[in-house]
Amino acid sequence: MSGAKALIESLEQQNVKAIFGILGGANLPIYDALCDSKIRHILSRHEQGAAHAADGYARASGKPGVCFATSGPGATNLVTGIANAHMDSSPVIAITGQVPSKGVNTSYMIGRDAFQEADIIGITTPITKYNYQILEAAEIPQTIKTAFYIATTGRPGPVLIDIPKNIQTEITEIDFTNGIDLPGYKPQSNPHPLQIKKAAELLAKAEKPIILAGGGVISANASPELMQTAELLMAPVATTFMGKSSFPETHPLSLGSIGMHGNPAANKLLCEADVLLAVGTRFADRSTGNLDSFCAGEKKIQIDIDAAEIGKNVDVDIPIVGDAKKALKALHENLTKHLKTKTNPAWTKRIKETKQQLNPPAAEAKELKPKTLLLELRKLLPEDAIVTTEVGQNQMWAALYFKALKPRTFISSGGLGTMGFGFPAALGAKVACPDRPVVDIAGDGSFIMTEQELASSVAENIPVTVIVLNNSVLGMVAQWQRMFYKKRYMAVNLGKIPDFVKLAEAYGAQGFHVGSIAEFSKAVKKALKSTVTTVIDVPISSEEDVVPMVPPGCGLNQQVGEY
Amino acid sequence: MENERTKVIAALVENKPGVLHSVANMFRRRGFNIESITVGHTEQKGLARMTITVSGDEKTLEQVVKQMNKLIDVVKVSSLEPENIVSRELALVKVSVPDTKTRSDIINCVEVFRGHVVDVSPETLTIEITGTPDKIDAFLNLMKTYGIMELARTGLTALSRGPKSIRIDE
Repeated sequence: MSGAKALIESLEQQNVKAIFGILGGANLPIYDALCDSKIRHILSRHEQGAAHAADGYARASGKPGVCFATSGPGATNLVTGIANAHMDSSPVIAITGQVPSKGVNTSYMIGRDAFQEADIIGITTPITKYNYQILEAAEIPQTIKTAFYIATTGRPGPVLIDIPKNIQTEITEIDFTNGIDLPGYKPQSNPHPLQIKKAAELLAKAEKPIILAGGGVISANASPELMQTAELLMAPVATTFMGKSSFPETHPLSLGSIGMHGNPAANKLLCEADVLLAVGTRFADRSTGNLDSFCAGEKKIQIDIDAAEIGKNVDVDIPIVGDAKKALKALHENLTKHLKTKTNPAWTKRIKETKQQLNPPAAEAKELKPKTLLLELRKLLPEDAIVTTEVGQNQMWAALYFKALKPRTFISSGGLGTMGFGFPAALGAKVACPDRPVVDIAGDGSFIMTEQELASSVAENIPVTVIVLNNSVLGMVAQWQRMFYKKRYMAVNLGKIPDFVKLAEAYGAQGFHVGSIAEFSKAVKKALKSTVTTVIDVPISSEEDVVPMVPPGCGLNQQVGEY
Repeated sequence: MENERTKVIAALVENKPGVLHSVANMFRRRGFNIESITVGHTEQKGLARMTITVSGDEKTLEQVVKQMNKLIDVVKVSSLEPENIVSRELALVKVSVPDTKTRSDIINCVEVFRGHVVDVSPETLTIEITGTPDKIDAFLNLMKTYGIMELARTGLTALSRGPKSIRIDE
C-alpha cells in the first residue's frame, strides 16, 4: 500500500468526515488517494481559510478539524490559522505535503532549497502542540493516531504532520495495529482528591463566591457540571471571552463576560467576591486587566488541565490540575457533603442590584446600531444557532450584547485576535452542523481579509450568513487613535469600500443592504431560509466606540463608559 | 535581577530529530535564559539526557520546569538543587607559549588544577581541564595572563548525589 493511501485510511479510522484544503505539487499523491474515499473534501480558496475552517469545525463539533496544504507557500499560508488554533487550544490537524526527502534524482531533497520547499516543522514548532515530519511510509498509521490523540487530549491544540512526497508514493507493508507510544505525554485528567476537598471547604464557607469560567469549560464539555456547581453555591458565573457560551447568559446567575470590553456587572462583581473559583482559564491579559488589582484579597481556586497555567499569570491559593468536567463533578460531589443548599442573601441581593444598575434591560430597538442590531439578532436566531465573529469592534460588540445560550455557539478568535477568522470558521462550523444556522458577525475590514472564501461557500454548498458592520474604517484601531492618539487618524480609513451586495452576487451568493432594524430583520429571515450564503451590509457610524472599556493598564474595576 | 538564581535542570528526552530544536525554541519564545546546555545518549534505549543551566527568579524557574514538561518529546524533567548534585564541565584551552620558562609555569598551573596537557606545539599548549564551572573560571583567569588563543567549554553536566536517579521505569 502507498503512504498516501495509508494516510487516507488512517484518517477514515479516526472517523474524519471532512477535510478543508488546497492541493499542490507536493501533496498530489494524497489527493489521488482521497479520490477513493468517502471523506468530504472542501476546496478552500486560500490555505488560511482552510485552517480557520478546520478550527471552526473543531470548535462547533468538539471533534478535531482537519486541513491539507501543499509544501512551501501552501504550508506557510496555514500558519496564521495554526497559530490561532494554538492560542485558543483548538484541536486542528494540519497535514502538509513536503518536497521529497530523497529520490532517484538526488537534487530533489529536503534541505536543498527545492522548489516550494519551506521548513514548516521549524516554522510551526512554537505554534503547535506537536509536529512531526514522517520519515517512512510505515510510520503513517501510528503517527496519525498519535496526532489525533495529542490534539484532542489534555489541553487540546493543533498538530502538524509533514509528509515528503516520496513517502506518499512509497509502496510498503503497512501495519495499522501499532498503538500510541508516548512516554513523555501523560495528561493528568483526574483532579487530586485532597485539593478538591480543600476547595470545597473554602467554597462552602464563602460568603461572596464567584465563578470565572474559561474556554476550558467548553472544550471539556463541562457546562452541565458548571451549572450544577454554580446553582448549589448560588455563585454568579462570569466568563472570560473564550468562556462565552459555557453558561447561558440569560440565567439569573450569569454576569456575562469579563475583560477589557467586559460586561460591567461581571467586571465589578469579580472584584468584590471573597472566593474566586476559576475554571479552564489562563488569566489572559485582556481578561484580567492590571494584574495587581485583579481579584486582590480574594482567595483563589484554579482548575486547569495544563499544569503550566497554574500560577503562570496569577498566583492562586488552591491549584487543581485536571479536566474541568471531572474536577467540577468531584467538587460538586464533595460540596454536597457540606451543604444541601447554600444561600448568600446579601451577596445575592448585591448581584441583583448591580446587574440592574449596570446592565439595564434594553429599550425597544429603534435606531440601527451595533447594540440594537445584536439584541435583535438574538431574537431572530434559534438557541442553538452558531455565531462566529471577526476581530475588532464587531467582536467586542458581539461579546457585550449578543447573549450566548448554549455551549459551542459562540466562536471567535480570542488569543491571537485574527481578523478574517470568522467567515471561514463559520463555513467550518456549518460543515460540522449543517442543520443549524451559522452567522458571522463581521466588520468590513475583517471580512475583506478572507472574503475569497465566498467562492468556496457557494461552490461547496455551505450557506452561512455574514453580517458586515460597515463603517468604512478599521474600527477598533480608529477607536484607539480617537481615545489615545489625539484623534490623529492614520491608515484606518478604508476609503471606497466595495459594494458588499455586488461582491456577494459576483461570487454567486446573495446580498442585502439594510438601513433599518425592520430591514435588517427581514434580511436575516431571508438569509436563514436561503440555500446560498447571504451577506448583509449594515452601515454604521465610523465614530461609534465600543464602550464600556477598561483602559490599558487599568484594573477591571476602573471601567469607563456606559453599557 | 533581584532574587535571581541558577538552577540545573536535567531532562530525559526522546532521542528523535527535532527535540533539541523544540526545547531551545521554547526557551527562546518564553524569554528564559539558557546559560549552558549539554546533550548526550543515556543508558536507557531511545532516550537522551539534556542538562540545562538556567537563571531566573523562583517563579520563572518553576515555569521553565512546567513548560519543559509540556513538550511532548520530553519524557521526564527534574530540577536539581546545586547542593545535591555532582556537576562537571570540561574546557579545552589553547595557550600561547613564547618561551620555555612560561611553558613550565603553565604546566605547573595545570598540575595544580589537575588538568592535562593534550597537545604541544613549539608556540602553544592545549590543556584539558575538568571541574565545576568555578574551578574552570579560576584556571582560565590564570591563563589569561599568558594569552588564551582559543577556548572551548562544554557547559555543565550533572547527576544528583546518592542513589536517587532520573529514569523511566518500563
